[in-house]
Amino acid sequence: MQVLSLSTDSHYSHKVWHDEELSKMVDGGIPWPMLSDAGGRIGAIYGVYDEEAGVDIRGRFLIDPDGVIQAMEVLTPPVGRNVHELIRQIKAFQHVRATGGKEVTPAGWQPGDPILKIRPSLVGNVWKEWKPKK
Amino acid sequence: MAEPREVSCAQTARGPLTAAPEPEVSETATPSKEVEMIARVGKPAPDFEAMAYHQGSFKKVKLSDYEGKWRLICFYPGDFTFV
Repeated sequence: MQVLSLSTDSHYSHKVWHDEELSKMVDGGIPWPMLSDAGGRIGAIYGVYDEEAGVDIRGRFLIDPDGVIQAMEVLTPPVGRNVHELIRQIKAFQHVRATGGKEVTPAGWQPGDPILKIRPSLVGNVWKEWKPKK
Repeated sequence: MAEPREVSCAQTARGPLTAAPEPEVSETATPSKEVEMIARVGKPAPDFEAMAYHQGSFKKVKLSDYEGKWRLICFYPGDFTFV
């Protein structure tokens, strides 16, 4: 998994933020490249550039090895993201891909939960295999 | 000692590399400047190039540099913010 972070700040700003603050919060510093989307042109094509504020709002996009976007989440600025939900989605998408799309994860699925194998006899019988407790 | 060439004030990365759809040319309508969002689930992720800070140095990074890998791209409003 390759992570890339982007904001409209310059790469010089990223350096100072990283070296002066983030490297003191994360052991060994941030392992991924921190990209500068100066002018918000990249954010604009991803639908996250706020022209009034002049910044990219919080948005994340999960891209598979073929370059296809599998998931996206976009939030307004005051609410932070939930990394557990992100990791859950990554594990689910990676599992589905590993099975060539023959196994799918139902709503609320967590790693370790039963997985549904797509077949005609499953139609109308999901309730027998998938019993969410939550 | 001269600064390394990579340190310059100008932004040299190209930004989006995926051509936006050609706006329809009409004699009456003024061309819209609004950039169209082209990112969609199930569709190819638009490629881009940007200047980056990574492990002590500045370099240009393209989304397509990581072809064949799972990628997570993460936008946020600004450095030094709180959430």
